[in-house]
Amino acid sequence: MSLFKNKQDSASQLSGSYKKTKFSLSTVSILAIILALLFVILSLATDKFLSVNNLANLARQTSIVGIIAVGMTFVIVSAGIDLSVGSVLALGGIVASMMMRDGYSIILSIVVAIVVGMVCGMVNGVIINDMKVTPFIATLGMMTIIRALVLLITNTNYISPLPKSFIAFAAASYFYIPTLFLIWIVIVIAAFIISKYTMLGRNIFAIGCNVEAARLSGINIRRNTYAVYIIIGALSSFAGVLTAGRLATGLPMAGYGYELQVVAAVVVGGGSLFGGEGTIVGTLLGALLIATIGNGGNLLGVNPQILNITIGALIIISVYIDQLSKNRR
Amino acid sequence: MSVPDINCSGTDNWNVNTLKGDLMNENGKVLVQMLNIHKSFPGVKALKGVDLTIKKGEVHGLVGENGAGKSTLIKILMGVYSNFDSGEIYIEGKKVEIKSPIQASKFGLAAVYQDVHLANNLSVGENFFLGKIPRKKWGFVDWRKINRLTSEVLGGLDLNIDPKIPVKKLSTAEQAMILIAKIIHQESKLIIFDEPTALITKEETEQIFKLIKKLKEKDVGIIYISHRLEEIFEICDLVTVLKDGEEIKTISVSETDKDSVISMMVGKSIKSAYYLKERELGETVLEVKNLTKDNEFKNISLNLRKGEALGFYGLVGSGMASIAKSIFGGMNYNSGEIFINGSKVKIKSPIDGIKNRISFLPEDRKNQGLAIRLDVSTNINLASYKNISKAGFVNLSKEKKNALKYIDALSIKTPSIKQKVINLSGGNQQKVVFAKWLCGNSKIFIFDEPTVGVDVGAKFEIYKIIEEILKSGSSVIIASSYLPEIIGVTDRTMVFYEGECMGCLLKSEYNEEKFLNLASGIKSAN
Repeated sequence: MSLFKNKQDSASQLSGSYKKTKFSLSTVSILAIILALLFVILSLATDKFLSVNNLANLARQTSIVGIIAVGMTFVIVSAGIDLSVGSVLALGGIVASMMMRDGYSIILSIVVAIVVGMVCGMVNGVIINDMKVTPFIATLGMMTIIRALVLLITNTNYISPLPKSFIAFAAASYFYIPTLFLIWIVIVIAAFIISKYTMLGRNIFAIGCNVEAARLSGINIRRNTYAVYIIIGALSSFAGVLTAGRLATGLPMAGYGYELQVVAAVVVGGGSLFGGEGTIVGTLLGALLIATIGNGGNLLGVNPQILNITIGALIIISVYIDQLSKNRR
Repeated sequence: MSVPDINCSGTDNWNVNTLKGDLMNENGKVLVQMLNIHKSFPGVKALKGVDLTIKKGEVHGLVGENGAGKSTLIKILMGVYSNFDSGEIYIEGKKVEIKSPIQASKFGLAAVYQDVHLANNLSVGENFFLGKIPRKKWGFVDWRKINRLTSEVLGGLDLNIDPKIPVKKLSTAEQAMILIAKIIHQESKLIIFDEPTALITKEETEQIFKLIKKLKEKDVGIIYISHRLEEIFEICDLVTVLKDGEEIKTISVSETDKDSVISMMVGKSIKSAYYLKERELGETVLEVKNLTKDNEFKNISLNLRKGEALGFYGLVGSGMASIAKSIFGGMNYNSGEIFINGSKVKIKSPIDGIKNRISFLPEDRKNQGLAIRLDVSTNINLASYKNISKAGFVNLSKEKKNALKYIDALSIKTPSIKQKVINLSGGNQQKVVFAKWLCGNSKIFIFDEPTVGVDVGAKFEIYKIIEEILKSGSSVIIASSYLPEIIGVTDRTMVFYEGECMGCLLKSEYNEEKFLNLASGIKSAN
């Protein structure tokens, strides 16, 4: 289109009267600095913190919540929430454990478990998008239903034995790095690529920021809503499989209360429950920060309730700081 | 204009004043007087020395086109704009300064706007006493008193509404009447009605009029703003006509008629900031037949030619915005057919609209047009990611190229393509929405109030963009309630009133009077 003869110097326009760029740190860099400081302090204050064993343990603990938090980042960016993750985790773990116990191959068991998780996500998506139930209520209901199903299926018993190779895989390390952590990092990289380089990433942000503007721009709201809940369903279920491997059993009460830890990681990482804001790297750091406070506190012998108070305050403060910077604009 | 008697006993209680009203001289009956009010906004003089005098028990109509200064005047009186340039306000002869809406209500001034705000889930009675709920001992709510008093007040106005039912179960008109009743109960001296009938039916309008007549008997002064002249002539005693921030005339309705009021609103000159150049029009690209949506619009038919700018003109409640949105697929219609380049198409969603190369710029930029917390680049590409992606992956260099191209082409002032749109000015935000659709390869552009909330300079630039779109062989529909825009930037205009097309004017027939007649529901515009 041959628009515009009144071409002005675009370079001058772009810099022109806007030189007052404020010096401000992004959420991600603030988190990285705090985390680094915490690492330094803890390694000086305790002998154990920097030991291979402790760090591997910390990494394993964080990975399960961290994997789900990746999915939760997409959900929260799209202005939704998924409270059913803990129950889906249990379901995935149980499904894979039962199949392995009954002699199916490990790979097949994992795939089926993931598919089951995706179906749970799809159901969440349908309730939210098509039945117009708010995400909080929809997934609260699903959380209760799925947990009850798990207890019905297992008759409240744990599932064992699991194949030795599967248990060994979950406990293994490569060059001192636990497999669980490596899996988490692979998922983080994939999610980072989705959020930065794909249409899905752009659409999720647009929907979370302004669903009506997104709809009027021709974005398929239904398809994208399904996508985010299917992704988190798959990740929760897969996290359940890994939990079963780590514990060497399928536990019907696995993942109980995880939804709050997962949401906390995303929120501390800069995600906004109003939608449109949040980053994968922020969530990664948020999950690590919360876990490190817990781990370090334990090593220092801090009362666990004091640690919980600290983590609760951290959640509130990180959102408060975010609000402050917004109001200043 | 006579200056009111400053010594008049303005401190007296209003009820006492009404009792001795007959004994007072002419000045005593004057309730509110605004003298020589000037108010300017950056770049515009909104009011240039307006006078307005309201007497007790008088219904005073206030008319004028959009932008004539009606709402500015009212907002000054209600304390919303306390920083007007110059002028004086007297209430019952006493000079006052109204610095806030709260102060205005202390002076006994109240306003009913077209969008009524009540607490929907609470009962009628609770709404009635909101903020000062009567209590019994121990702080318990005195429900009996609430319901009794509410019934009494409503009954006194011949309104049969149960004070216990939640407000959300009432019709819009009933809600408006609850609000009016509440205002009456507060013993307001002056009530302003701002387009009270825009969103309600004819029968409901009659009910509101009944209430206004009751208020009149109680010596309350009333300012009545409406685009519907027949209402002005039915209910008002006097009418003041504003145009371009000036008071044209205040006249008794019995001494004038609709035609003369319209010609006063129009004035002599038709000024427009912009004129489209002549273009060759091509074949028909869009045809709409009998488009109907219940309670919104009915039997709308139109056709649009290649390179043509078709205007939609109408006032509040005309339904033109819904029609514009429906053609794009942003709103569902009940029946009717749409043809693109001669073949029938199904448009059920914006996705269908975009597939048929239609684009739609909504009136409400912040809530419908932009993801304002995202950056300029994402917003510009928002409707075109399908075109610049392969297997779901966005081509980043094409994304950046698009953003830079349209920032440059539309002179969007932004420090970078990564700037969040929320930090841009209104005009630049609107240009980002334009860029989004230019980027998307549309052939038919539907603009709903394309220059709302945009300053004069940016307005001109937007008209230029529209002209470029037309030159490139695309077609445009512009829905606007701003007449100079319609006159300057369209070739042909359909005028709507209450969801129906009242007529279509060609450019050669453009005349403000004709537009206003049709838009006010008067079909016989000679």
